[in-house]
Amino acid sequence: MIDWLLFLEVSLAGLGGGGLYALAGLAFVLIYKATRVVNLAIGEMLMIGAYFFFAAATDLGWPIGLAIVAALVASGLTGGLIERLLIRPMLGESPISVFMITVGLSSILVGLVELVWGADQLRLPEFMPTSPVLIGEAMVAPKIFYGFLVAAALIASVLILFRYWRGGVALRATASDRAAAYAMGIDVPRVFSLTWVLAAAVAAVAGIVVGSISSLSPTMGIFGLSVLVVVIVGGLDSVLGALVGGLLVGLVEAWTGTYLGGEYKMLATFTLLVLVLMIRPYGLFGTHEIERL
Amino acid sequence: MRIGTAKETYFADEALFDTRTQRVWLFVLAALLAVFPFVASQYWLYLACLVAINVIAATGLNILTGYTGLVSLGQAAFMGVGAYTVAVLERRWGTPFLLNLLAGGAVAMVVGMVFGVPSLRVKGLYLAIATIAASFILHFIFANWTAVSGGTAGLTVPPANLLGLALDSEFRSYWLIVPIAALMVLGAANLFRTRIGRAFIAIRDRDISAEVLGIPLLRYKLLSFGIASFYAGVAGGLWAYFFRSVTPESFPLIMSIFFLACIIVGGMGTTLGSILGAAFMTLVPEGLKLAFGWLPNAEAMAVHLAPVRTMVFGALIVGFLIFEPHGLAEMWRRTRRFFHLWPFRT
Repeated sequence: MIDWLLFLEVSLAGLGGGGLYALAGLAFVLIYKATRVVNLAIGEMLMIGAYFFFAAATDLGWPIGLAIVAALVASGLTGGLIERLLIRPMLGESPISVFMITVGLSSILVGLVELVWGADQLRLPEFMPTSPVLIGEAMVAPKIFYGFLVAAALIASVLILFRYWRGGVALRATASDRAAAYAMGIDVPRVFSLTWVLAAAVAAVAGIVVGSISSLSPTMGIFGLSVLVVVIVGGLDSVLGALVGGLLVGLVEAWTGTYLGGEYKMLATFTLLVLVLMIRPYGLFGTHEIERL
Repeated sequence: MRIGTAKETYFADEALFDTRTQRVWLFVLAALLAVFPFVASQYWLYLACLVAINVIAATGLNILTGYTGLVSLGQAAFMGVGAYTVAVLERRWGTPFLLNLLAGGAVAMVVGMVFGVPSLRVKGLYLAIATIAASFILHFIFANWTAVSGGTAGLTVPPANLLGLALDSEFRSYWLIVPIAALMVLGAANLFRTRIGRAFIAIRDRDISAEVLGIPLLRYKLLSFGIASFYAGVAGGLWAYFFRSVTPESFPLIMSIFFLACIIVGGMGTTLGSILGAAFMTLVPEGLKLAFGWLPNAEAMAVHLAPVRTMVFGALIVGFLIFEPHGLAEMWRRTRRFFHLWPFRT
């Protein structure tokens, strides 16, 4: 007999975690859509955002709200800097070279964080309500619940931004046809920078929430590998795919973690990845690229 | 093309080492390698063995990534397969080490080909991510198939045995590892003088054209995965003999990234690149350690060594990709070209 209440609680926790995957996946998809860069350093961008928050809130002792804003701004600047220094010179190079740049970038970021803050685990200050949340009969950990709310709100606002804001329209235009965007007078290089700034800020929010749910350490980038699975499952260039993929991977991880044991989590995630690659290589909602000669 | 090397036969044109100078230098290099263990300290011998093992794995990866154009982040995991195979064979049956190494390579080859199957449907970066999956799945198997792999504790490996002589010191391991490395590098260099090697290069340059030219993509892509994994397996086997213990944590994802970094820094699609890259990337951390020892307050700075290494590692990948995409091999060629006419033209 299955304990339905436990199943429900686990599923809710999975969805909550999945919300964060979706958020990080969104940051990834933003970059991929606009610049066609597969960013392996997405986990490290989360990490650096969380560390900026830690620096502002704990090292400098700023109030939480201000610290969050500072972390977002700092992460956005870092994102812009990364684009300008590392990604821009690689424009027009093979996608594999750019991919390897992000691999190198992730090492640089990990080293930098370790150098400044040390390799030990740190605790972010508590800023979310701590009383457990009840949904029906099921109890959800408050951090996961509020984390999910933050993720949902941010995803919604980014989507609205995309739909109506001028910059968002420019971004979508660049994503769908770079040459046409140029011809319409869109400053494509600026759109690239903008995307990286925006994605880094989104990743920073995800990082702050992830960091406050568990803890902060330079190995947090491992989260990025699951994000990679999320976006592959959903389709690299699909925002909807990132959302659905995020929730799916969150659920799969929660279920396997509870019913099979923690060591099966990664196995389940990556088996899912292999299955999707075998059956639908372009993901659930991704564009099926047709190769023309 | 250098002056004074007019070739009169196709055979001469296809030769691996086409000039007398090259052959002389090669001979000098071989002599140096043979003398090295008698003059070097134990630490340098240890480094030499490590470099040789990494050269084998990097050469394998270069065949796959540099020549066939399939990016793989699973090389370390396939190395792990070879290491575990050798460890199990040596412990259970005590078979001769050459047989073990070959078996390690063969098992890794089969596993590599299984994980290479997605390469038929997905390309480029998708494939790289699929091989990350391979590395996690294999890690899980190493850690949880306790009956064979010894679980998280891993296995200890008895030293290789050559005619009753246990190869248990750095000095003795050197004579096992370096000749095998040389042989395998030579094999890789020769591979690209055959139909198979040329097919790989054709696939890298444009796979659809290659298919039109009559190269069965399925077979050759899998073959490339197989050969790369064979190299990884042999390297892993030597690794097992050298460090004498194998655990699931011995072959993390970062090690696969390390091999990819080796061939980027060394130069993709050149045999020389794999050698230079593997040697350079293995020695840089040691160089950093040495440099940190010279700092005024060495003790206090020692904690910063690990993060600085990580950063330098990343910076090397990024720097080479941006400023010298053809890697150390290209720098080497440029230096050589400079001396061709030196001092008559500078």
